[in-house]
Amino acid sequence: MIRLEKRPSPSNAWTAATPLLAVALTMIAGGVMFAILGKNPVVAIRTIFWDPIFGEFAWYFRGQLLIKGGPLILIAIGLSFGFRAGIWNIGAEGQYILGAIFGAAAGLAFYPDGGWFVFPLMVVFGGFGGWLWAMIPALLKVRFGTNEILVSLLLVYVAQNVLARAALGWLRNPEGAGFPGSRNLAQWDASSNPELIAGTGMHWGVVVAFLAVIGGYVLLNRHLTGYHIRLAGQAPRAARFAGVSPGRLVIFCMGVSGALAGLAGLFEVTGPAGQISIDFASGYGFTAIIVAFLGRLNPVGILLAGLLMALTYVGGDNASTNLGIPAAAIQLFQGMLLFFLLSVDVLTNYRMRIGRREAA
Amino acid sequence: MEILLSINWILLLASLMVAATPILLAATGELVVEKAGVLNLGVEGMMIFGAIAGFAVGVETQAPLLGFVTAAVAGAALSMLFGFITQVLLSNQVATGLALTLFGLGLSALVGQGYVGIKAPILPDWNVPLLSQIPVVGPILFRHDLVLYFSIALVAATWAFLKYSRAGLILRAVGESHSAAHALGYKVVRIRLLAIAFGGACAGMGGAYISLVRVPQWTEGMTAGAGWIALAIVVFASWKPWRVLLGAYLFGGIAVLQLNLQAAGLKVPVEILSMSPYLITILVLVIISADRSRAALGAPAALGRVFHASE
Repeated sequence: MIRLEKRPSPSNAWTAATPLLAVALTMIAGGVMFAILGKNPVVAIRTIFWDPIFGEFAWYFRGQLLIKGGPLILIAIGLSFGFRAGIWNIGAEGQYILGAIFGAAAGLAFYPDGGWFVFPLMVVFGGFGGWLWAMIPALLKVRFGTNEILVSLLLVYVAQNVLARAALGWLRNPEGAGFPGSRNLAQWDASSNPELIAGTGMHWGVVVAFLAVIGGYVLLNRHLTGYHIRLAGQAPRAARFAGVSPGRLVIFCMGVSGALAGLAGLFEVTGPAGQISIDFASGYGFTAIIVAFLGRLNPVGILLAGLLMALTYVGGDNASTNLGIPAAAIQLFQGMLLFFLLSVDVLTNYRMRIGRREAA
Repeated sequence: MEILLSINWILLLASLMVAATPILLAATGELVVEKAGVLNLGVEGMMIFGAIAGFAVGVETQAPLLGFVTAAVAGAALSMLFGFITQVLLSNQVATGLALTLFGLGLSALVGQGYVGIKAPILPDWNVPLLSQIPVVGPILFRHDLVLYFSIALVAATWAFLKYSRAGLILRAVGESHSAAHALGYKVVRIRLLAIAFGGACAGMGGAYISLVRVPQWTEGMTAGAGWIALAIVVFASWKPWRVLLGAYLFGGIAVLQLNLQAAGLKVPVEILSMSPYLITILVLVIISADRSRAALGAPAALGRVFHASE
């Protein structure tokens, strides 16, 4: 009989080892899934995890890694603060959409004159749009005690309708021959978010994501607010006695995560996506939740987890063109990863004991 | 005014019940889960998996009722994944529930690839003898399919179970204080696993009702937040079964009304009408939570807490 014994404090060794163990288990389970789909599991795993970095076409895929990883890291860093404090913003997808719309609208207001100030202004509005959207669940939680999980998630569906309205209505390209979608922001010099170093995929969004990693590290380890966040997560009662205001923490955590998600949306719409279109929302806001947990809510961990998750996207595309593995299989693969991670986490907090429990 | 008159209100009220049934089923299941002290945020994932499992079997066998049975089994099976990880491996319920939703969406998209664009077999309506002949009331209430009647019976059964049966009392005790229930010798983990399986089966059937009756065909992500609305309705209902029915029907009314207004050509952008059910759900949540005394009254005290027997 195996039983679990609670550790006095979480094991440091297992904290670091569990993500690796989860990845290994996911690869095994994923291999089984690919075999069921009638694909050679070894080839499939190699196509997803090896070829994009070391294969023949790696020069193309390596750039894609940062393009996909940038928004994931940026959003996940924001989410991790709230998740640590027990504040669950799961509507980052909606904040990402609103950031893109606000930013794009601010830029298009100056079309076609342009000017040096347009892109910075768009960045500010992008962050503001995401922040504003996140303030809805935050203020409702603080003022009325409304569940922020449900409100932030339901607002994603509202945001998708706002996006459709923007693409078909007020942001539609007047010279677009009636097709839905805004003007192309990547092709207009004043608003474009170009690749900064050719071939790397590095754009301003990736730069900001790296800055967010550093900022997140400093905040959590060297700043009082970061200490309050960790305290509120580990001992909510103690935090209240220590004078941490739960309301302010909600506003702060939701606001930061909303603003970062909004920025991710803005950098995406001005760069890789290029325009506001009906299918602009690509699920980064949800995948970032997996990234945040896989990175153990730790900024450096999130950086690595974001790159790994980007690899599953890039490798998944590769596997879909070369092996005909459906895109849904990759989505399932990412879901499995989170399951395994949460499962093996038991090793961090509990010790396995073999033998019978003695009578208490 | 003309637009309101152009709507067929009898048809609207009848389709309101159809629109509400998926959420009613899922919310009833989740209510039992939460009464046992478990917060399963994976309702959306279990619903969509039930939707494709029920649809696939319904299409292959041309027997829609068999589809519903399969959907219930599929939903319960998926919920056991959540149950094992949260109850045996003691993981965080919020994170695991989210994982279940993401996993369910991926799994259903993968399974459903061959089923896009196929029409579902028709689940026939059963006209209740005599009652269905009553003018106005008959067409609204008594000309529906068996699953819809079942969903209402399920609410009644859940209410009676929780209020009058000994097993229901034990389940509520587990949800209020797992340590006390454990000390009394009740198997907390086993009871919770049963509740989670029941919730999964209900969510699966709710999903199948969307793909087999309401739409009726399969498209990726077709539950479109119904699982989250079901979760919201449990809060709205203050964890009381009959209020779940009320909440689901209110929501169904809004969903059907906005569709009718779209069809009638109301001079409002379609997107505003489509987002209205979500906005109204949020509004209702705010109103309920604002009254703190009432919101706290119904919530099981141990909701979402991890139970470890050695404590």
